Amino acid sequence: MLVDIQNLRIAFENRSSRFEAVRGISLSLGAEKLGIVGESGSGKSLTARALMKLLPSNAAITADRLSFDGIDVLAASETQMRQIRGKRAGFILQDPKYSLNPVMNIGRQVSEAWRAHKGGSKKQALEAAIHLLDQVKIRNPREVAASYPHEVSGGMGQRVMIAMMLAPDPELLIADEPTSALDATVQAEILRLIEELVSERNMGLILISHDLPLVSHFCDRVAVMYSGRVMEELKASELLNARHPYTKGLLNCMPSLTHPRDRLPVLNRDASWLTA
Amino acid sequence: MIDVENLRIRFGDREVVKGVSFSVKKGESFGIVGESGSGKSTILRAMAGLNESWEGRIAFGGEPAALKRPPGFFRRVQMVFQDPYGSLHPRQTIDRILSELPLVHGMDNIDKRIVQALSDVALPQAARFRFPHQLSGGQRQRVAIARALIADPQVLLLDEPTSALDVSVQAEILNLLSDLREARGLTYILVSHNLAVIAHLCGQVGVMLNGEMVEQLSAQDLRVGKTSHAHTTELRTLSVGLEEPA
Repeated sequence: MLVDIQNLRIAFENRSSRFEAVRGISLSLGAEKLGIVGESGSGKSLTARALMKLLPSNAAITADRLSFDGIDVLAASETQMRQIRGKRAGFILQDPKYSLNPVMNIGRQVSEAWRAHKGGSKKQALEAAIHLLDQVKIRNPREVAASYPHEVSGGMGQRVMIAMMLAPDPELLIADEPTSALDATVQAEILRLIEELVSERNMGLILISHDLPLVSHFCDRVAVMYSGRVMEELKASELLNARHPYTKGLLNCMPSLTHPRDRLPVLNRDASWLTA
Repeated sequence: MIDVENLRIRFGDREVVKGVSFSVKKGESFGIVGESGSGKSTILRAMAGLNESWEGRIAFGGEPAALKRPPGFFRRVQMVFQDPYGSLHPRQTIDRILSELPLVHGMDNIDKRIVQALSDVALPQAARFRFPHQLSGGQRQRVAIARALIADPQVLLLDEPTSALDVSVQAEILNLLSDLREARGLTYILVSHNLAVIAHLCGQVGVMLNGEMVEQLSAQDLRVGKTSHAHTTELRTLSVGLEEPA
Protein backbone atom coordinates (compact mmCIF):
# COMPACT_ATOMS: atom_id res chain seq x y z
CA MET A 1 0.00 0.00 0.00
CA LEU A 2 1.51 3.31 -1.10
CA VAL A 3 -0.54 5.54 1.15
CA ASP A 4 -2.35 4.40 4.25
CA ILE A 5 -4.32 6.85 6.35
CA GLN A 6 -6.29 5.67 9.38
CA ASN A 7 -8.36 7.98 11.56
CA LEU A 8 -6.52 11.19 10.63
CA ARG A 9 -7.48 14.25 12.67
CA ILE A 10 -6.19 17.77 12.13
CA ALA A 11 -7.06 20.54 14.56
CA PHE A 12 -6.12 24.20 14.76
CA GLU A 13 -5.64 25.61 18.20
CA ASN A 14 -5.13 29.00 19.67
CA ARG A 15 -5.31 30.23 23.25
CA SER A 16 -9.07 30.33 23.43
CA SER A 17 -10.42 27.83 20.96
CA ARG A 18 -9.83 24.62 19.09
CA PHE A 19 -11.22 23.82 15.67
CA GLU A 20 -11.09 20.36 14.23
CA ALA A 21 -10.85 20.68 10.45
CA VAL A 22 -10.30 17.02 9.62
CA ARG A 23 -12.24 14.61 11.80
CA GLY A 24 -11.19 11.01 11.50
CA ILE A 25 -10.43 10.26 7.87
CA SER A 26 -9.34 6.86 6.60
CA LEU A 27 -8.09 6.40 3.06
CA SER A 28 -5.71 4.05 1.34
CA LEU A 29 -4.14 4.15 -2.08
CA GLY A 30 -2.01 1.86 -4.17
CA ALA A 31 -0.86 2.48 -7.74
CA GLU A 32 -4.27 3.84 -8.65
CA LYS A 33 -6.13 7.08 -9.16
CA LEU A 34 -8.10 8.47 -6.25
CA GLY A 35 -10.22 11.60 -6.47
CA ILE A 36 -10.98 13.64 -3.35
CA VAL A 37 -13.98 15.88 -3.87
CA GLY A 38 -15.68 18.34 -1.56
CA GLU A 39 -16.58 21.97 -1.02
CA SER A 40 -14.10 24.56 0.20
CA GLY A 41 -13.32 23.98 3.83
CA SER A 42 -14.08 20.27 3.73
CA GLY A 43 -10.49 19.41 4.57
CA LYS A 44 -9.44 17.84 1.29
CA SER A 45 -6.28 19.90 0.80
CA LEU A 46 -5.33 19.57 4.48
CA THR A 47 -5.48 15.79 4.17
CA ALA A 48 -3.09 15.82 1.22
CA ARG A 49 -0.77 18.28 2.91
CA ALA A 50 -0.72 16.26 6.13
CA LEU A 51 0.58 13.32 4.13
CA MET A 52 3.62 15.42 3.14
CA LYS A 53 3.80 17.05 6.59
CA LEU A 54 3.29 20.44 5.03
CA LEU A 55 0.95 21.95 7.60
CA PRO A 56 1.31 25.23 9.47
CA SER A 57 2.90 24.94 12.91
CA ASN A 58 -0.33 25.59 14.81
CA ALA A 59 -1.95 22.49 13.33
CA ALA A 60 -2.18 19.47 15.61
CA ILE A 61 -2.16 16.18 13.69
CA THR A 62 -3.08 12.86 15.18
CA ALA A 63 -3.68 9.58 13.40
CA ASP A 64 -3.78 5.90 14.15
CA ARG A 65 -1.71 5.49 11.04
CA LEU A 66 -0.35 7.93 8.50
CA SER A 67 2.15 6.22 6.28
CA PHE A 68 3.72 6.69 2.89
CA ASP A 69 5.09 3.45 1.46
CA GLY A 70 5.57 2.04 4.97
CA ILE A 71 7.26 5.18 6.35
CA ASP A 72 5.46 6.61 9.37
CA VAL A 73 5.02 10.23 8.36
CA LEU A 74 4.15 11.44 11.86
CA ALA A 75 7.35 10.04 13.32
CA ALA A 76 9.56 10.88 10.34
CA SER A 77 12.27 13.50 10.76
CA GLU A 78 12.46 16.56 8.54
CA THR A 79 15.42 14.94 6.70
CA GLN A 80 13.37 11.84 5.97
CA MET A 81 10.46 13.97 4.78
CA ARG A 82 12.74 15.81 2.36
CA GLN A 83 13.57 12.43 0.84
CA ILE A 84 9.88 11.93 0.15
CA ARG A 85 8.74 15.40 -0.88
CA GLY A 86 9.40 16.08 -4.50
CA LYS A 87 11.44 12.92 -4.96
CA ARG A 88 8.93 10.18 -4.21
CA ALA A 89 5.77 12.25 -4.17
CA GLY A 90 5.15 15.25 -6.40
CA PHE A 91 2.75 18.05 -5.58
CA ILE A 92 0.95 20.07 -8.28
CA LEU A 93 -0.83 23.18 -7.04
CA GLN A 94 -3.68 25.19 -8.40
CA ASP A 95 -2.15 28.18 -10.10
CA PRO A 96 1.08 27.92 -12.10
CA LYS A 97 1.39 31.71 -11.90
CA TYR A 98 2.26 31.45 -8.23
CA SER A 99 4.19 28.20 -8.19
CA LEU A 100 6.78 29.01 -10.87
CA ASN A 101 9.71 31.33 -10.23
CA PRO A 102 9.00 34.43 -12.35
CA VAL A 103 12.66 35.44 -12.78
CA MET A 104 14.10 32.10 -13.87
CA ASN A 105 13.56 30.65 -17.31
CA ILE A 106 11.58 27.45 -17.60
CA GLY A 107 14.48 25.28 -18.75
CA ARG A 108 16.50 26.22 -15.67
CA GLN A 109 13.60 25.56 -13.31
CA VAL A 110 12.89 22.12 -14.69
CA SER A 111 16.58 21.18 -14.87
CA GLU A 112 17.07 22.41 -11.30
CA ALA A 113 14.37 19.98 -10.17
CA TRP A 114 16.05 17.20 -12.11
CA ARG A 115 19.52 17.95 -10.79
CA ALA A 116 18.39 18.21 -7.18
CA HIS A 117 17.28 14.62 -7.25
CA LYS A 118 19.45 12.99 -9.89
CA GLY A 119 22.68 15.00 -9.94
CA GLY A 120 24.62 15.33 -13.19
CA SER A 121 25.97 18.32 -15.09
CA LYS A 122 24.01 21.41 -15.98
CA LYS A 123 24.12 20.43 -19.63
CA GLN A 124 22.77 16.94 -18.97
CA ALA A 125 20.07 18.41 -16.79
CA LEU A 126 18.97 20.85 -19.48
CA GLU A 127 18.73 18.03 -22.02
CA ALA A 128 16.70 16.02 -19.52
CA ALA A 129 14.48 19.03 -18.93
CA ILE A 130 13.80 19.41 -22.63
CA HIS A 131 12.97 15.73 -22.83
CA LEU A 132 10.55 16.14 -19.91
CA LEU A 133 8.90 19.15 -21.56
CA ASP A 134 8.48 17.00 -24.64
CA GLN A 135 6.83 14.29 -22.53
CA VAL A 136 4.20 16.70 -21.27
CA LYS A 137 3.38 17.35 -24.93
CA ILE A 138 4.87 20.77 -25.36
CA ARG A 139 5.39 21.00 -29.10
CA ASN A 140 8.50 23.21 -29.14
CA PRO A 141 10.29 22.21 -25.92
CA ARG A 142 13.51 24.07 -26.74
CA GLU A 143 11.78 27.40 -27.25
CA VAL A 144 9.65 26.96 -24.15
CA ALA A 145 12.72 26.05 -22.09
CA ALA A 146 14.25 29.40 -23.02
CA SER A 147 11.19 31.44 -22.10
CA TYR A 148 10.03 32.85 -18.77
CA PRO A 149 6.79 31.91 -16.97
CA HIS A 150 5.03 35.15 -17.91
CA GLU A 151 5.62 34.42 -21.59
CA VAL A 152 3.61 31.21 -21.59
CA SER A 153 -0.11 30.58 -21.12
CA GLY A 154 -1.69 29.13 -17.98
CA GLY A 155 -2.10 25.70 -19.56
CA MET A 156 1.53 25.70 -20.68
CA GLY A 157 2.60 26.79 -17.18
CA GLN A 158 0.74 23.88 -15.66
CA ARG A 159 2.45 21.50 -18.13
CA VAL A 160 5.78 22.89 -16.98
CA MET A 161 4.79 22.23 -13.35
CA ILE A 162 3.91 18.66 -14.25
CA ALA A 163 7.26 18.23 -16.04
CA MET A 164 9.08 19.47 -12.92
CA MET A 165 7.18 17.07 -10.70
CA LEU A 166 7.91 14.15 -13.01
CA ALA A 167 11.65 14.86 -13.07
CA PRO A 168 12.61 12.59 -10.11
CA ASP A 169 10.23 9.77 -11.24
CA PRO A 170 7.94 9.95 -8.19
CA GLU A 171 5.69 7.10 -7.14
CA LEU A 172 2.83 9.35 -6.14
CA LEU A 173 1.45 12.51 -7.66
CA ILE A 174 -0.79 14.79 -5.62
CA ALA A 175 -2.67 17.30 -7.76
CA ASP A 176 -4.54 19.91 -5.72
CA GLU A 177 -7.10 21.58 -8.01
CA PRO A 178 -4.60 21.47 -10.89
CA THR A 179 -6.97 22.96 -13.43
CA SER A 180 -9.33 25.34 -11.65
CA ALA A 181 -7.37 28.35 -12.89
CA LEU A 182 -7.59 27.14 -16.50
CA ASP A 183 -10.11 27.30 -19.35
CA ALA A 184 -12.53 24.44 -19.90
CA THR A 185 -10.78 23.30 -23.09
CA VAL A 186 -7.32 23.37 -21.51
CA GLN A 187 -8.65 21.81 -18.32
CA ALA A 188 -9.61 18.59 -20.08
CA GLU A 189 -6.27 18.43 -21.89
CA ILE A 190 -4.24 18.81 -18.69
CA LEU A 191 -6.28 16.24 -16.79
CA ARG A 192 -6.00 13.80 -19.67
CA LEU A 193 -2.24 14.38 -19.71
CA ILE A 194 -1.93 13.75 -15.96
CA GLU A 195 -4.02 10.62 -16.27
CA GLU A 196 -1.95 9.27 -19.17
CA LEU A 197 1.38 9.93 -17.49
CA VAL A 198 0.22 8.40 -14.23
CA SER A 199 -1.06 5.25 -15.95
CA GLU A 200 2.04 4.96 -18.14
CA ARG A 201 4.42 5.18 -15.21
CA ASN A 202 2.24 3.12 -12.92
CA MET A 203 2.12 5.85 -10.30
CA GLY A 204 -0.46 6.64 -7.65
CA LEU A 205 -2.55 9.78 -8.12
CA ILE A 206 -4.53 11.85 -5.64
CA LEU A 207 -6.63 14.34 -7.55
CA ILE A 208 -8.28 17.00 -5.40
CA SER A 209 -11.12 18.98 -6.89
CA HIS A 210 -14.52 20.46 -6.20
CA ASP A 211 -15.94 19.26 -9.52
CA LEU A 212 -17.38 15.81 -8.94
CA PRO A 213 -18.39 14.81 -12.50
CA LEU A 214 -15.08 16.08 -13.87
CA VAL A 215 -13.01 14.06 -11.41
CA SER A 216 -14.96 10.91 -12.12
CA HIS A 217 -13.67 10.95 -15.71
CA PHE A 218 -10.06 10.74 -14.65
CA CYS A 219 -10.07 8.61 -11.49
CA ASP A 220 -10.75 5.02 -10.47
CA ARG A 221 -12.22 5.85 -7.09
CA VAL A 222 -13.74 8.99 -5.60
CA ALA A 223 -13.90 9.96 -1.92
CA VAL A 224 -16.49 12.62 -1.18
CA MET A 225 -15.60 14.83 1.79
CA TYR A 226 -17.81 17.12 3.84
CA SER A 227 -16.78 19.07 6.91
CA GLY A 228 -13.66 17.04 7.60
CA ARG A 229 -15.14 13.61 7.08
CA VAL A 230 -15.43 11.19 4.20
CA MET A 231 -19.14 10.96 3.49
CA GLU A 232 -18.87 8.27 0.87
CA GLU A 233 -16.21 6.45 -1.10
CA LEU A 234 -17.20 4.85 -4.35
CA LYS A 235 -16.00 3.72 -7.75
CA ALA A 236 -15.96 6.55 -10.27
CA SER A 237 -18.09 4.47 -12.62
CA GLU A 238 -20.78 4.11 -9.97
CA LEU A 239 -21.18 7.79 -9.26
CA LEU A 240 -24.69 7.85 -10.66
CA ASN A 241 -25.71 5.27 -8.07
CA ALA A 242 -24.33 7.35 -5.20
CA ARG A 243 -26.31 6.79 -2.04
CA HIS A 244 -25.28 9.58 0.25
CA PRO A 245 -27.57 12.65 0.04
CA TYR A 246 -24.53 14.95 0.03
CA THR A 247 -23.03 13.28 -3.05
CA LYS A 248 -26.40 13.35 -4.77
CA GLY A 249 -26.85 17.00 -3.79
CA LEU A 250 -23.47 17.97 -5.24
CA LEU A 251 -24.27 16.21 -8.51
CA ASN A 252 -27.74 17.69 -8.67
CA CYS A 253 -27.02 21.34 -8.00
CA MET A 254 -24.88 21.83 -11.11
CA PRO A 255 -26.58 23.46 -14.07
CA SER A 256 -26.57 21.17 -17.08
CA LEU A 257 -26.55 21.83 -20.81
CA THR A 258 -28.50 18.75 -21.71
CA HIS A 259 -31.00 18.72 -18.84
CA PRO A 260 -32.38 22.25 -18.47
CA ARG A 261 -34.16 23.21 -15.25
CA ASP A 262 -35.91 26.39 -14.19
CA ARG A 263 -34.49 26.33 -10.70
CA LEU A 264 -31.45 24.58 -9.41
CA PRO A 265 -31.97 22.36 -6.39
CA VAL A 266 -30.08 23.75 -3.41
CA LEU A 267 -28.03 21.55 -1.16
CA ASN A 268 -29.74 21.02 2.20
CA ARG A 269 -27.07 20.20 4.72
CA ASP A 270 -28.16 17.75 7.35
CA ALA A 271 -26.60 17.92 10.83
CA SER A 272 -26.88 14.16 11.15
CA TRP A 273 -24.21 13.68 8.43
CA LEU A 274 -21.61 14.75 10.95
CA THR A 275 -22.57 12.29 13.62
CA ALA A 276 -23.28 9.21 11.51
CA MET B 1 -32.48 47.93 -24.04
CA ILE B 2 -28.83 47.38 -24.87
CA ASP B 3 -27.31 47.84 -28.30
CA VAL B 4 -23.67 47.25 -29.06
CA GLU B 5 -22.58 47.94 -32.61
CA ASN B 6 -19.23 47.28 -34.17
CA LEU B 7 -17.39 47.60 -30.86
CA ARG B 8 -13.63 47.73 -31.26
CA ILE B 9 -11.17 47.84 -28.40
CA ARG B 10 -7.42 48.05 -28.73
CA PHE B 11 -4.60 48.01 -26.23
CA GLY B 12 -1.62 49.65 -27.94
CA ASP B 13 -1.20 48.06 -31.35
CA ARG B 14 -3.16 44.99 -30.43
CA GLU B 15 -6.84 44.85 -31.25
CA VAL B 16 -8.50 42.60 -28.66
CA VAL B 17 -12.13 43.16 -29.63
CA LYS B 18 -12.65 43.25 -33.39
CA GLY B 19 -16.04 44.65 -34.27
CA VAL B 20 -18.57 42.99 -31.99
CA SER B 21 -22.32 43.70 -32.33
CA PHE B 22 -25.25 42.40 -30.33
CA SER B 23 -28.44 43.64 -28.77
CA VAL B 24 -30.45 42.63 -25.72
CA LYS B 25 -34.11 43.36 -25.04
CA LYS B 26 -35.37 44.59 -21.68
CA GLY B 27 -35.74 41.83 -19.10
CA GLU B 28 -33.73 39.38 -21.16
CA SER B 29 -30.25 38.05 -20.63
CA PHE B 30 -27.36 37.73 -23.00
CA GLY B 31 -24.47 35.39 -22.30
CA ILE B 32 -20.94 35.74 -23.64
CA VAL B 33 -18.74 32.63 -23.63
CA GLY B 34 -15.18 32.14 -24.74
CA GLU B 35 -11.75 31.14 -23.52
CA SER B 36 -9.45 33.40 -21.54
CA GLY B 37 -8.06 36.13 -23.75
CA SER B 38 -10.96 35.99 -26.19
CA GLY B 39 -12.05 39.49 -25.14
CA LYS B 40 -15.28 38.72 -23.31
CA SER B 41 -14.46 40.56 -20.08
CA THR B 42 -12.96 43.44 -22.07
CA ILE B 43 -16.34 44.00 -23.74
CA LEU B 44 -18.05 44.07 -20.35
CA ARG B 45 -15.53 46.51 -18.89
CA ALA B 46 -15.98 48.87 -21.83
CA MET B 47 -19.76 48.68 -21.39
CA ALA B 48 -19.43 49.47 -17.68
CA GLY B 49 -17.31 52.52 -18.48
CA LEU B 50 -14.16 51.08 -16.93
CA ASN B 51 -12.21 51.44 -20.15
CA GLU B 52 -12.45 54.55 -22.25
CA SER B 53 -10.47 53.54 -25.31
CA TRP B 54 -13.09 51.91 -27.47
CA GLU B 55 -14.72 52.67 -30.81
CA GLY B 56 -18.16 51.82 -32.08
CA ARG B 57 -21.49 52.33 -30.41
CA ILE B 58 -22.73 51.23 -27.00
CA ALA B 59 -26.29 52.29 -26.17
CA PHE B 60 -28.43 51.66 -23.13
CA GLY B 61 -32.18 52.21 -23.65
CA GLY B 62 -31.51 53.85 -27.01
CA GLU B 63 -29.17 56.43 -25.48
CA PRO B 64 -25.60 56.18 -26.75
CA ALA B 65 -23.14 55.98 -23.88
CA ALA B 66 -20.50 58.70 -23.82
CA LEU B 67 -16.84 57.77 -23.48
CA LYS B 68 -16.82 59.42 -20.06
CA ARG B 69 -19.99 58.27 -18.32
CA PRO B 70 -22.04 60.82 -16.37
CA PRO B 71 -22.68 59.91 -12.71
CA GLY B 72 -26.35 59.10 -13.42
CA PHE B 73 -25.23 56.26 -15.70
CA PHE B 74 -24.08 54.20 -12.75
CA ARG B 75 -27.53 54.31 -11.20
CA ARG B 76 -28.82 52.45 -14.23
CA VAL B 77 -25.93 50.12 -15.00
CA GLN B 78 -23.99 48.20 -12.38
CA MET B 79 -21.36 45.49 -12.52
CA VAL B 80 -20.63 42.42 -10.39
CA PHE B 81 -17.12 41.04 -10.48
CA GLN B 82 -15.73 37.54 -10.44
CA ASP B 83 -13.84 37.36 -7.21
CA PRO B 84 -15.84 38.22 -4.09
CA TYR B 85 -12.59 38.00 -2.12
CA GLY B 86 -11.01 40.80 -4.15
CA SER B 87 -13.94 43.07 -4.97
CA LEU B 88 -14.92 44.08 -1.41
CA HIS B 89 -12.83 46.51 0.63
CA PRO B 90 -11.27 44.39 3.40
CA ARG B 91 -11.22 47.18 6.00
CA GLN B 92 -14.77 48.40 5.50
CA THR B 93 -17.87 46.93 7.09
CA ILE B 94 -20.67 45.69 4.84
CA ASP B 95 -22.65 48.75 5.99
CA ARG B 96 -19.91 51.08 4.76
CA ILE B 97 -19.54 49.17 1.47
CA LEU B 98 -23.26 49.34 0.77
CA SER B 99 -23.66 53.01 1.76
CA GLU B 100 -20.86 54.25 -0.53
CA LEU B 101 -22.96 54.44 -3.69
CA PRO B 102 -26.10 56.03 -2.16
CA LEU B 103 -23.86 58.64 -0.49
CA VAL B 104 -22.08 59.48 -3.73
CA HIS B 105 -25.38 59.85 -5.54
CA GLY B 106 -26.98 61.82 -2.71
CA MET B 107 -29.78 59.32 -2.29
CA ASP B 108 -32.17 59.54 0.67
CA ASN B 109 -33.21 56.84 3.18
CA ILE B 110 -29.84 55.14 3.03
CA ASP B 111 -30.61 53.12 6.14
CA LYS B 112 -33.80 51.75 4.66
CA ARG B 113 -32.11 51.00 1.35
CA ILE B 114 -29.40 48.95 3.03
CA VAL B 115 -31.93 46.94 5.04
CA GLN B 116 -33.86 46.31 1.83
CA ALA B 117 -30.76 45.38 -0.21
CA LEU B 118 -29.64 42.86 2.41
CA SER B 119 -33.04 41.22 2.51
CA ASP B 120 -33.22 41.19 -1.30
CA VAL B 121 -30.13 39.02 -1.49
CA ALA B 122 -31.26 36.89 1.49
CA LEU B 123 -28.50 37.98 3.86
CA PRO B 124 -29.28 38.26 7.58
CA GLN B 125 -29.41 41.84 8.89
CA ALA B 126 -26.66 40.84 11.31
CA ALA B 127 -24.26 40.76 8.36
CA ARG B 128 -24.53 44.53 8.07
CA PHE B 129 -21.86 45.34 10.65
CA ARG B 130 -19.49 42.53 9.77
CA PHE B 131 -16.29 42.79 7.75
CA PRO B 132 -15.91 40.84 4.50
CA HIS B 133 -13.45 38.35 6.05
CA GLN B 134 -16.14 37.32 8.52
CA LEU B 135 -18.40 36.12 5.68
CA SER B 136 -18.19 33.07 3.44
CA GLY B 137 -17.50 33.30 -0.29
CA GLY B 138 -21.17 32.92 -1.18
CA GLN B 139 -22.19 35.58 1.35
CA ARG B 140 -19.57 37.95 -0.05
CA GLN B 141 -20.88 37.48 -3.57
CA ARG B 142 -24.35 38.30 -2.19
CA VAL B 143 -22.90 41.51 -0.75
CA ALA B 144 -21.42 42.35 -4.16
CA ILE B 145 -24.82 41.79 -5.75
CA ALA B 146 -26.51 43.86 -3.02
CA ARG B 147 -24.05 46.69 -3.68
CA ALA B 148 -24.99 46.60 -7.37
CA LEU B 149 -28.72 46.49 -6.60
CA ILE B 150 -28.73 49.37 -4.13
CA ALA B 151 -28.62 51.84 -7.01
CA ASP B 152 -31.83 50.26 -8.30
CA PRO B 153 -30.24 49.63 -11.72
CA GLN B 154 -31.91 48.37 -14.88
CA VAL B 155 -28.89 46.52 -16.19
CA LEU B 156 -26.47 44.22 -14.38
CA LEU B 157 -23.17 43.32 -15.99
CA LEU B 158 -22.00 40.04 -14.48
CA ASP B 159 -18.38 38.98 -14.99
CA GLU B 160 -18.02 35.29 -14.05
CA PRO B 161 -20.17 35.81 -10.94
CA THR B 162 -19.98 32.20 -9.79
CA SER B 163 -16.67 30.81 -11.00
CA ALA B 164 -14.89 31.42 -7.68
CA LEU B 165 -17.62 29.61 -5.75
CA ASP B 166 -18.41 26.02 -4.86
CA VAL B 167 -21.03 24.32 -7.03
CA SER B 168 -23.48 24.21 -4.12
CA VAL B 169 -23.10 27.97 -3.55
CA GLN B 170 -23.17 28.58 -7.30
CA ALA B 171 -26.65 27.05 -7.40
CA GLU B 172 -27.84 29.46 -4.69
CA ILE B 173 -26.39 32.52 -6.47
CA LEU B 174 -27.82 31.48 -9.85
CA ASN B 175 -31.26 31.04 -8.26
CA LEU B 176 -30.93 34.44 -6.59
CA LEU B 177 -30.01 36.07 -9.91
CA SER B 178 -33.01 34.58 -11.70
CA ASP B 179 -35.37 35.59 -8.87
CA LEU B 180 -34.06 39.16 -8.92
CA ARG B 181 -34.39 39.37 -12.68
CA GLU B 182 -38.01 38.35 -12.46
CA ALA B 183 -38.86 40.59 -9.50
CA ARG B 184 -37.21 43.74 -10.86
CA GLY B 185 -37.29 43.21 -14.63
CA LEU B 186 -33.49 43.43 -14.78
CA THR B 187 -31.49 42.94 -17.95
CA TYR B 188 -28.31 40.88 -17.59
CA ILE B 189 -25.17 40.48 -19.57
CA LEU B 190 -23.34 37.46 -18.22
CA VAL B 191 -19.77 36.59 -19.08
CA SER B 192 -18.61 33.06 -18.27
CA HIS B 193 -16.56 30.21 -19.61
CA ASN B 194 -19.10 27.71 -18.30
CA LEU B 195 -21.64 26.90 -21.02
CA ALA B 196 -24.06 25.25 -18.59
CA VAL B 197 -24.18 28.37 -16.39
CA ILE B 198 -24.75 30.61 -19.40
CA ALA B 199 -27.49 28.41 -20.85
CA HIS B 200 -29.16 28.24 -17.44
CA LEU B 201 -29.46 31.99 -17.04
CA CYS B 202 -29.48 33.41 -20.58
CA GLY B 203 -31.79 33.15 -23.56
CA GLN B 204 -29.24 34.26 -26.12
CA VAL B 205 -25.57 33.34 -26.26
CA GLY B 206 -22.65 34.91 -28.11
CA VAL B 207 -19.46 32.91 -28.63
CA MET B 208 -16.15 34.77 -28.65
CA LEU B 209 -12.97 33.61 -30.35
CA ASN B 210 -9.88 35.80 -30.68
CA GLY B 211 -11.79 39.05 -30.24
CA GLU B 212 -14.58 38.21 -32.66
CA MET B 213 -18.08 37.07 -31.85
CA VAL B 214 -18.12 34.10 -34.17
CA GLU B 215 -21.65 32.96 -33.48
CA GLN B 216 -24.87 34.09 -31.79
CA LEU B 217 -27.48 31.51 -31.03
CA SER B 218 -30.32 30.83 -28.63
CA ALA B 219 -29.65 28.82 -25.49
CA GLN B 220 -32.16 26.29 -26.81
CA ASP B 221 -30.15 25.74 -29.99
CA LEU B 222 -27.01 25.43 -27.89
CA ARG B 223 -28.63 22.79 -25.71
CA VAL B 224 -29.75 20.62 -28.61
CA GLY B 225 -26.54 21.15 -30.54
CA LYS B 226 -27.74 23.32 -33.43
CA THR B 227 -24.41 25.10 -33.65
CA SER B 228 -22.91 26.45 -36.84
CA HIS B 229 -19.37 27.54 -35.93
CA ALA B 230 -16.74 24.89 -35.23
CA HIS B 231 -15.61 26.61 -32.04
CA THR B 232 -19.11 26.55 -30.57
CA THR B 233 -19.44 22.88 -31.45
CA GLU B 234 -16.10 22.18 -29.79
CA LEU B 235 -17.03 24.03 -26.60
CA ARG B 236 -20.39 22.28 -26.47
CA THR B 237 -19.00 18.79 -27.05
CA LEU B 238 -16.46 19.31 -24.29
CA SER B 239 -18.99 20.66 -21.86
CA VAL B 240 -21.51 17.89 -22.50
CA GLY B 241 -18.78 15.24 -22.31
CA LEU B 242 -17.52 16.40 -18.93
CA GLU B 243 -20.77 17.28 -17.21
CA GLU B 244 -22.07 13.72 -17.08
CA PRO B 245 -20.34 11.53 -14.51
CA ALA B 246 -18.26 8.78 -16.11
